[in-house]
Amino acid sequence: MLKILNKINGINNVKENNNLLEIEFDKTNILKIFNQLKDNVNLNFNQLLDITAVDYPSREFRFDLIYILQSLSKNKKVILKTLIKENENIESITNIHKSADWYERECYDLFGIEFINHPDLRRIMTDYNFEGYPLRKDFPLTGHTEVRYDDLEKKVIYEPVKLTQEFRNFDSESPWEGMENKLFGDEKSTGED
Amino acid sequence: MKEVELNTTTINFGPQHPAAHGVLRLVVELEGEVVQRAEPHIGLLHRGTEKLIEYKTYLQAVPYFDRLDYVSPMCQEHAFALATENLLGIDVPERAKYIRVIFAEITRILNHLLNIPAYAADIGAVTPFLWCFEEREKLLEFHEAVSGARFHAAYFRPGGVHQDMPEGMEDKLFEHFKTLPKFIDDLESLLTNNRILRQRSVDIGIISKAEAIEWGCSGPVLRSTGVAWDLRRSQPYDAYDQVDFEVPVGKKGDCFDRYLVRIEEMRQSISIINQCLNKIKPGPISIEDNKITPPKRNQMKKSMEALIHHFKLFTEGYRVPAGQVYSAVEAPKGEFGVYLVSDGSSKPYRCKIRAPGFAHLQTLDHLSKGHLMADIAAILGSLDIVFGEIDR
Repeated sequence: MLKILNKINGINNVKENNNLLEIEFDKTNILKIFNQLKDNVNLNFNQLLDITAVDYPSREFRFDLIYILQSLSKNKKVILKTLIKENENIESITNIHKSADWYERECYDLFGIEFINHPDLRRIMTDYNFEGYPLRKDFPLTGHTEVRYDDLEKKVIYEPVKLTQEFRNFDSESPWEGMENKLFGDEKSTGED
Repeated sequence: MKEVELNTTTINFGPQHPAAHGVLRLVVELEGEVVQRAEPHIGLLHRGTEKLIEYKTYLQAVPYFDRLDYVSPMCQEHAFALATENLLGIDVPERAKYIRVIFAEITRILNHLLNIPAYAADIGAVTPFLWCFEEREKLLEFHEAVSGARFHAAYFRPGGVHQDMPEGMEDKLFEHFKTLPKFIDDLESLLTNNRILRQRSVDIGIISKAEAIEWGCSGPVLRSTGVAWDLRRSQPYDAYDQVDFEVPVGKKGDCFDRYLVRIEEMRQSISIINQCLNKIKPGPISIEDNKITPPKRNQMKKSMEALIHHFKLFTEGYRVPAGQVYSAVEAPKGEFGVYLVSDGSSKPYRCKIRAPGFAHLQTLDHLSKGHLMADIAAILGSLDIVFGEIDR
């Protein structure tokens, strides 16, 4: 199976790890790759389990886009990974796997990755008229708006988030290991005496 | 250009509707009483679980999994525990594996004991609901006995389970599961040959083998089409390779088949639990590495090292080697998977939850097309929709 996978054009790196294949591929060939993965009788990855992304804000290619496929006949799962920039878009695979429809919508909703030729790319998880992409690392955990029922207006209204206590993200990792933060006055001691 | 007059009615089903099984808003386009299009609007229960988990240590993330599919809590902890253990590269002790299988199967029975009567209630039966809730309550007492909580157990933890079963628990379980098959027979006598149930579910919401695979269906929905696919069998985890069980399949893939598959799965679960109870031996219930699992309370009173371990584990947590993994379990509703990315710190960098119900609900438009409006309730019930896991 590894041999066949390595031959497919656009697939770069094939690894096997406890019955789980990990593949990196080039996004320009996405449709060809997914077609071959599905139709090749020796692979037969006919079930799309999930599409998701991982955000690395500091990288040039900001997102890892992850596809998880399963072959029922070969009893194998494969994680496909491709890199994508912030404002780049990618071809939708809804014509190959029907279940990609909602998964791609979810990915668009939470990460802001656009899929070309998707039949109905709308938000799915978040509220109607929501702004921002919640699973990006630069989106605050508390969000930007909060809702409440307003007795005077007799409707639910949106307001900027008010925190009675400042949001605290406890970094409980040991300060003694791998201290990188420079302390005030450190620059004075860098010169040789 | 010729004008076409559409004589359709659009109605809004939910989000407050007892047959919507939670907060589902369904925009249904009807021609007369025949469904032309059913478009689910989900996300009304979206709580940002995946985002929250990125800010919690691995141990603190466990309780979030109880709150996804709140009808089958332990199976979801199972998926997360397996994913974390996979990244840590650890193997849990034998006894923990059996305990996990026993409780995963109890959870499966609990889930089906809710789904079946809820489904029956959607299409007109009231009694099974009352019967099954009594039976569920008895099973929940076992949950409570091991974890202290009926639902949100946080019992399966990376490295094993939280604590051992109380003394005499094996016998109690054994006794209880002697009586349960009789109950399932009684339940079946109310439902399986009931004329109303058959009229409302046979040939309703048919999905074919190929479609079920194409749409990403798993669990009873996939098996009802005749595909004998069960992760417990094909990719066994924990002690599932030590037990012998059958995978029930349907023929047609309609609502009635899905109901029958669930009934038979409960019988198989009882058999699995009995086999585990025969095989389980005393021993440790979590790995004895205090870098991952906390030391016992009495040790902490005496040993300085144990106290330090405890403090470190509940503040910083344990660090998980960098890497990615996808672990899936056969949850009662289907394949529940966790895609976990670690950057080497004590908090997950990304934790994607693959909920079976998400894929199943997506097929609703396809399943209900051409059926009557009233059949939507039957189809929704037979897909076993719980919004905790779909909206996450």
